[in-house]
Amino acid sequence: MRWFWVDRFIGFKPGKSATAVKNVSLAEEHVHDHFPGYPVHPQSLMIEGMAQTGGVLVGQAFNFEEKVILAKIGRATFHRLVRPGDQIVYHAEVVDEIRPEGASIRGTITCDGQLVADIELMFVHLDKSMSGEDFGDDNFVFSADFVELLRMRELAQQFAAADGDK
Amino acid sequence: MALSPDEIFEKVREAMVGALGVDEDEVTAEATLTGDLGAESIDFLDIVFRLEKEFGIKIPRGDLFPDNLFTDEQYVQNGKLTEAGLSELRKRMPHADLTEFQNDPDVQNVNNLFTVGMICKYIESKVSGAAN
Repeated sequence: MRWFWVDRFIGFKPGKSATAVKNVSLAEEHVHDHFPGYPVHPQSLMIEGMAQTGGVLVGQAFNFEEKVILAKIGRATFHRLVRPGDQIVYHAEVVDEIRPEGASIRGTITCDGQLVADIELMFVHLDKSMSGEDFGDDNFVFSADFVELLRMRELAQQFAAADGDK
Repeated sequence: MALSPDEIFEKVREAMVGALGVDEDEVTAEATLTGDLGAESIDFLDIVFRLEKEFGIKIPRGDLFPDNLFTDEQYVQNGKLTEAGLSELRKRMPHADLTEFQNDPDVQNVNNLFTVGMICKYIESKVSGAAN
């Protein structure tokens, strides 16, 4: 099992915003436990999906070289349930700008045009925000495998195309 | 356009409410960030981000919260700030009220320096500096 809670990026403006989709399926095991007889996609995993959407947005700004860590969930308000068969859309926008120390994002999750959640997250660049602590050369957030996966899924081309549009 | 102290306080209050999830009336000038408003270490960076956006200024790291000074062996002995440390602190935090702290400059008491009023004074100096 891979810890990916978005299926595809459908929009990407470097340093500004990212949009991704996730299809919730009854074939996913977790919905059978949450809850037996009444499968619902957990809100915690939607926060994770938003963190992945925002994390890639923030990570791309420094070419995936920084260790981008979810540091704070400023707010997460949910308005409706998400169930198997639903497709949810994550939209993350950078608040202000991406700084050397990290960035905040404001995000919405929608389903069929309805608001599912609004979420504020803060990310830090691990090596830049802690006082002098060294977390090593190995980027355990954006591993070589992960960056390769992005390339395989043609995200890299999307970034390049979006870059050209700037 | 120059902001009045009241306008600065209102914007700082907004940043505190956003960053710390506290009620507006909890944010008074005397309130300490960690003791009264429950700020944790990561909140300090969040507050800096919000203030930068709110006031359209740049806050160099360590400028508003010079936390690295309190772990610097050059300035700290037996858990207390030395005379050199205090004089460095006065230089680095001209916006803070050090009257009480200098009587017992224990690093444990440092968090009491970080008040909403201290942030307001810092912003006032930054905003007027930018106008000049």
